[in-house]
Amino acid sequence: MKLAKLAAIAATALTIGAGPAFAELVFPSLSYRTGPYAPNGIPFADGYADYFTLINERDGGIEGQKIKLIECETGYNTEKGVECYESTKGEGALVYQPLSTGITYQLIPKATADHIPIHSMGYGRTSAANGKVFEYVFNYPGTYWDAASIIVKYISSEEGGDLKGKKIALVYHNSAYGKEPIRTLEELSKKHGYELLLLPVDHPGQEQKSTWLQIRKERPDYVMMWGWGVMNQVAIQEAANIRFPMDHFIGVWWSASENDTIPAGDGADGYKAITFHGVGDDFPIYADMRKYVLDAGKAAGAGDQLGTVLYNRGMVAAMWAVEAARKAMEIHGTKEITPEMMRDGMEALDVGEARLKELGLPGFTVPVKVSCESHGGPGLGMIQQWDAKAKKWSIITGLIEADREVVDPLIMEDSQAFASENNIEMRCGS
Amino acid sequence: MFLTDPFFWEVVISGLLAGVMYSLVALGFVLIFKASGIFNFAQGVLALFAALTLVGFMDGQVPFAHVINEALGTNYHHWYETPGGGDGAPIWFVALSIAATTAVMILLAWLVVKVVLKPLVNQEGIILFMATIGLAFVLEGVGDLMWGANIKVLDIGLPSGPSDWIIDQTGMFVNKLEISAAVVAVILVVSLTLFSQYTKMGRALRAVADDHQAALSVGISLETIWWIVWSVAGIVALVAGIMWGASSGVQFSLSLIALKALPVLMLGGFTSIPGAIIGGLIIGVGEKLFEFYIGPMIGGATENWFAYVLALGFLLFRPQGLFGERIIERI
Repeated sequence: MKLAKLAAIAATALTIGAGPAFAELVFPSLSYRTGPYAPNGIPFADGYADYFTLINERDGGIEGQKIKLIECETGYNTEKGVECYESTKGEGALVYQPLSTGITYQLIPKATADHIPIHSMGYGRTSAANGKVFEYVFNYPGTYWDAASIIVKYISSEEGGDLKGKKIALVYHNSAYGKEPIRTLEELSKKHGYELLLLPVDHPGQEQKSTWLQIRKERPDYVMMWGWGVMNQVAIQEAANIRFPMDHFIGVWWSASENDTIPAGDGADGYKAITFHGVGDDFPIYADMRKYVLDAGKAAGAGDQLGTVLYNRGMVAAMWAVEAARKAMEIHGTKEITPEMMRDGMEALDVGEARLKELGLPGFTVPVKVSCESHGGPGLGMIQQWDAKAKKWSIITGLIEADREVVDPLIMEDSQAFASENNIEMRCGS
Repeated sequence: MFLTDPFFWEVVISGLLAGVMYSLVALGFVLIFKASGIFNFAQGVLALFAALTLVGFMDGQVPFAHVINEALGTNYHHWYETPGGGDGAPIWFVALSIAATTAVMILLAWLVVKVVLKPLVNQEGIILFMATIGLAFVLEGVGDLMWGANIKVLDIGLPSGPSDWIIDQTGMFVNKLEISAAVVAVILVVSLTLFSQYTKMGRALRAVADDHQAALSVGISLETIWWIVWSVAGIVALVAGIMWGASSGVQFSLSLIALKALPVLMLGGFTSIPGAIIGGLIIGVGEKLFEFYIGPMIGGATENWFAYVLALGFLLFRPQGLFGERIIERI
């Protein structure tokens, strides 16, 4: 894997010298295989790369057009992420997955000026869901505000539809990412009558004793978590240590991988999290993935991540990128698409259950239909639960819809403020 | 008001136990600084490397497997199955793995002295400090290549989870792993003190710490002393790595625990072993009390910065730290 990485870097350097080659469809991957967040970065990067490899090996590319993946190591560092963007955009990059809220915020003005679309899938700036303002930014299939409202809806259903007098704590990474759901949760607390307790945890989150003592003192009915990296593992461990009922502890989709639960052992049993895609490898596509990628020795990593939560997430991101590129080809009648055409494809993306079935991914993820007005997708989610004995996640609910009544006005307010600050004219005929 | 709060003593105890964990990291810094005047930036990475190596041995992982497989087209991953399987490794196997890791840390210390430090003898302290920054990056990279970057579960049979007996008696939730860490820290400090005070090697170490030139003039080998010191610091790093790794898994963020040791060193002094312990306890209790009682009033997440504020507060009165050596320069 390491040698493959070195080879990829060398190949990147060579192609930079050779200038852009538009015959191939270029998809950069701003990955982080090193540093403290590498355990999460590796499976995502592997899933993202392997899906493209599968399309190349099995189908000969997208509509016969080969995919070229350029991997650039960010170490989950914002400055390095911006450097990666600058060094790869000249390659004809069709879409960027910044894989960090910090990098996304930095790239929004740059990519918009360069007319290159960004897909911050389930992270980044929530109000970018308003396509009228953010022409080149997409965050389908859902935003943090959708996630917060879905979790509250789920808690409400668990409590018989009444949250009055209940106390919900948010344990969050003390960063732009961790703070994203606060506004929505505050609005939702007004609507549902629950008390919101905010408990920030500083990076990296290796020590959380005081936070969990506060939880013991305040006795919230539920704890939500917006964490990342070691913060997740420590929080789950601490919750187990104070014997907090794990089925009342619910994480966002970035606090929802095997990496977060396995270190806590049996204590993590019953922990829940929101997700927007399936778990495990019981999907027809995996037979092809093994045949054309893994067994052929073309896997991006060691091949030990197939079916993990973050591998599946990387794969679903690549799937939507491929489908958007296909749509762009259909709209513009050419196979040599530009980033602007890719943007059009993303804005017209429509991947429902029927198409997922064709792709070997039945029931794998939420149906996505993007429009000029809405770049945020359907805002649907499911709840998954950890079984410590079996060491696996199971989906325990059907699709839950976000509280649009609360979320949409917030998106509108924030995006309009951004538009007026930056003199952006509204699109989509409004 | 605080004393009547049923949580007060639990916050204090949790702070003391957290402080012990910080002290375990700080001890490694102190040992090297005391003997050589080098601030070892790589101490956190040493803890990570030691923990990675221990898990590697316990899991029977083939080091550099990815590199070997890429180069030779092979598919090696493990030498052997962990005895005991899912029920936990037997004690003899844990002891053997710890002994093998200790040997690796001693070998690493020898390499550091030969490759990094020896060529830099007589250079300014800042040059040696910069060398340890480089060493930190190299070790992190080598650790990644050797053992991979995935999160590893470290189970050497230490008790973990809240103690039922303490809950029944006091209503407090105290983690058994942290109690173990406190016991280990006491054993470590006593051993280091005995080694330093009552062995020939310990006296040689103190002689070098007091005056390099004078120690050299009586025939003490600086190279050997550095090797011993870095070996001991490597073993201390292994202990810190085990304790931190057992609580949150062995992963690359473990190297960041060094950040928690800095205020401890500032407060306790860079040259005192008891200082590292007392400093850790003061920082642990101080930051926990502040976060628990004042944190909610000012938005929380105070622990990282308050530890430094507390250390700086002490420095106003004792610039050399609580137990640091007072520097008297005669003009």
